[in-house]
Amino acid sequence: MTQGRLSTVGLTVAFGDRTALRDVSLVVPPRAITAVMGPSGCGKTTLLRAVNRLDDGVPGMVRTGEVRLGDEEVTAPATDVAGLRRRVGMVFQRWNPFPRSVFENVAYGPRLAGLRDLADLRGVVESSLRKAALWEEVRDRLDADARTLSGGQQQRLCIARALANAPEVLLLDEPCSALDPGATRRIEELLFELRADLTIILVTHNLQQAARASDYTAYLDAGRLVEVAPTRLLFTNPQDPRTEAYLTGRVA
Amino acid sequence: MIGAGDRAWRATTGLAAAVIPAALLLVTVVLVVGAWPALADAGPGLVASRTWDPGRGTFGAGAALVGTLLTSLLAVLVAAPLGVATAVVTVELAGPRLSRVLAALSDLLAAVPSIVYGLWGAAVLVPLLRSELFPRLKPLGRVIPLLAGPAYGPSLLAAALLLALMILPYVTAVSREVIAAVPRSQREAALALGATRWEMLRDAVLPGARHGILGGVALALGRALGETMAVTMVIGNRHDLSWSLLSPGYTLSSLLANEFGEASGDRHLAALMAVALLLLVVTLLVNAVARGLVRSVRSGRSSLEVAR
Ligand SMILES: Nc1ncnc2c1ncn2[C@@H]1O[C@H](COP(=O)(O)OP(=O)(O)O)[C@@H](O)[C@H]1O
Ligand SMILES: [Mg+2]
Repeated sequence: MTQGRLSTVGLTVAFGDRTALRDVSLVVPPRAITAVMGPSGCGKTTLLRAVNRLDDGVPGMVRTGEVRLGDEEVTAPATDVAGLRRRVGMVFQRWNPFPRSVFENVAYGPRLAGLRDLADLRGVVESSLRKAALWEEVRDRLDADARTLSGGQQQRLCIARALANAPEVLLLDEPCSALDPGATRRIEELLFELRADLTIILVTHNLQQAARASDYTAYLDAGRLVEVAPTRLLFTNPQDPRTEAYLTGRVA
Repeated sequence: MIGAGDRAWRATTGLAAAVIPAALLLVTVVLVVGAWPALADAGPGLVASRTWDPGRGTFGAGAALVGTLLTSLLAVLVAAPLGVATAVVTVELAGPRLSRVLAALSDLLAAVPSIVYGLWGAAVLVPLLRSELFPRLKPLGRVIPLLAGPAYGPSLLAAALLLALMILPYVTAVSREVIAAVPRSQREAALALGATRWEMLRDAVLPGARHGILGGVALALGRALGETMAVTMVIGNRHDLSWSLLSPGYTLSSLLANEFGEASGDRHLAALMAVALLLLVVTLLVNAVARGLVRSVRSGRSSLEVAR
């Protein structure tokens, strides 16, 4: 089965004369959480945005190499980008619900995909909110404006919104960096539940989070993939001096 | 300690702040005093009647009032969608080069003097309407009273279209700004969920820009109401109140422009003052309503932001 199998081959991304990713070849195992860590500006966000091609319109962006999802070459020019983005959900660093109701936020993706029947939509919204561990908190306020929720709830709402598309892959770009420890823990627990049938990439620059919340960890430095290994192995026995320097706090 | 500089600053700003209400008050007082004889004389007939005959001393500006409102509203109805569409193309669809050119061209439209629009309207637009558009509308006129009747060219429709062109840059400029101000995070939220560029525009950008666009339209409506020269040159200047947009009409400001210089006596002058007062009241009212509209939509949003 190839569902959710994600990999990059020689992926290089440049913005003008600034190269953000250099020759990154990474296999992301399905049904697991892969943390991507590295210093600020090392290309973590760029890696995620190459997977769902969100940087496609950026002036001066040049991408070579491949991203593959299942049997498909995501980076091929002929790829149906909107369709790709339904298969690959994304959660941003700063939660960004639409200024609409909780319900409408979660229903947005399915509606785009053509789901019209209200009972069906209700079903998808409920199951997505349940998966995002948010249902109990919002079941009585589905019509409330999403921005009246707490920050942690809004971020889980954004996760639910992504899940409503039934994606194979979930990309999270430092999803907890603006959240308190309690809200962070809830999201980490939730990701553990979700990995049963999802490929998850969790970008973080928080070492503890990578150590706690992932099965595999990749370390990026200056646009290069330095190493990737099962998380415990990478943390206890890094193979590359650069990884070790980062882990021991000698890199900003 | 408050320094002398501070005091001077306060005095200056205080004075500056007082100038505006004072000027408005002064204008109103002058108009009311000047219009008083006509107001006492004609009373409600000033707006209810559409017979304006200085020779016989009958002053009914009803047709001009309707003409002012009708042409301005129609102009906004035409300019608003066009302006928003132009802004969308400029900000969202065009490349950086084309985008700059479009923005510059649109801003240039705002810099063209009113009289030049008027000349263009009289020399190009009106003949064009008469020879090309009006004959084609004729069959429609049998069903739609708004488009019925004999059509010579100078008309409410000509004025409305010219006004639309003149206020287009205002709608466009404001829309451009507020569309560009919709946060990237909102656009990317839609895109990342599988929205096409068009769906992103519809669902994330335009709703986010709605309040600002409304404000721009209100601003444009205010300008349309007060516009004088260009309208005078294409509207036909007749105190007619027919159902048809193709027939000539009048606006309050054209009436003033045409007759103020050669007012035949005190009663005529007073009647024109009353017309000016009417124009002032209409403009203020429309602006107040527009502002209220914008504010009510906006506060619906800010109350949520407070609640967060
Ligand atoms: N849209 C863009 N335009 C220009 N440069 C960019 C853009 N996005 C990222 N970069 C550059 O690419 C590099 C990697 O950025 P990013 O992937 O955001 O790093 P990280 O997420 O690891 O902090 C940085 O040098 C950044 O300045
Ligand atoms: Mg980043």
